[in-house]
Amino acid sequence: MISAAIIVFRETLEAALILGIIAAATVGVTGRARWLTAGVLAGIAGSLVVASLTEQIANLAEGMGQELFNALVLGVVVLMLAWHNIWMARHGATLARDARQLGRDVQAGAKALPILFVVIALAVLREGSETALFLYGMSLGGQHDAWAIVNGAGMGLAAGAAAGLALYLGFLRIPTRWFFVVTSGLILFLAAAMASQVANLLIQSDLLPSLAAPLWDTSGLLSNDSAVGLLLQTLVGYDANPAGMQVIFYVATAALILLGMRLARQKPAPVGSPH
Amino acid sequence: MSVFKASVFFAALVSSVAVAAPPEVHVVIKDHRFTPSEVKVPAGQKIRLIVDNQDATPEEFESHELNREKVIAGKSKATIYIGPLEPGRYPFFGEFNEATAQGVVVAE
Repeated sequence: MISAAIIVFRETLEAALILGIIAAATVGVTGRARWLTAGVLAGIAGSLVVASLTEQIANLAEGMGQELFNALVLGVVVLMLAWHNIWMARHGATLARDARQLGRDVQAGAKALPILFVVIALAVLREGSETALFLYGMSLGGQHDAWAIVNGAGMGLAAGAAAGLALYLGFLRIPTRWFFVVTSGLILFLAAAMASQVANLLIQSDLLPSLAAPLWDTSGLLSNDSAVGLLLQTLVGYDANPAGMQVIFYVATAALILLGMRLARQKPAPVGSPH
Repeated sequence: MSVFKASVFFAALVSSVAVAAPPEVHVVIKDHRFTPSEVKVPAGQKIRLIVDNQDATPEEFESHELNREKVIAGKSKATIYIGPLEPGRYPFFGEFNEATAQGVVVAE
């Protein structure tokens, strides 16, 4: 039961934190609850499909289908997060003034919702498909009774959801003028972290050179499987021993999004002024 | 399912690229254990690690030290490229059965 709880927690954590950040970034936007819920449900449905197709996906591309599929999913999420941040930066001045009521006055937030729906659905799909597969395998194994598995999975899910909720509630305490900076900053890190994962998947399938692996090793200081390491890995892409290529992807993604946000900010938003 | 279609296309593109084969190393998963549990590989070069999951249940090959993670369906094989590695010990485990599925890659 404990192993089910731990694995489900680990898989849920990443999706829950992403959901927490996005829920915070869209505080006050009308209709967000519906979009975010739909994203989670679509993600769960997709997880079951992907989990049932694991073997077929894996066999694509001479056994590298899983890496390519995950890289593709993550790549789409990175693009969507970049788009969201640049879009929001365009409305930065208005957002900074009344961040908490942006939904009422600025349509930008509502327009970004379909993008965020996709981000959430794909984040849930990626983590959810592994969870579904694990639970399926556990139930096949036959050494565990069904109730123990369900209980364990429920505990893990609850703990992961609690972490996402805690992050969200923490966000709500941030002073209004910092709110936009913090949420868009975290989305920027999230996108860069995922880009670095894309690089790692392509290295694992031998489509990209690693360029020095690892570039550094800080696993003695903070290992990737420690609680803090796991949290930082999800939030900002901390890696104790990254390949050079991962660092290049990380830095390039962060730099490109920042550049896009800066360029977008210089042009005032054409969208209707408040009131 | 356009994501799926796109990945099929991408897959076809990739499989047409010929790659010089690095040395192969084999590991078997049976009864949620790795055999051999200690895998010796040459240091300083890329390795094709082939993991044959003979169990009916899926397993996830994972190693923080090797920076690798891959789900392997029941009764199937997976290829994972690792290295070039510095001489040393690189533990790995099966995330879905961590209590029993433990192993280490030794590069020398």
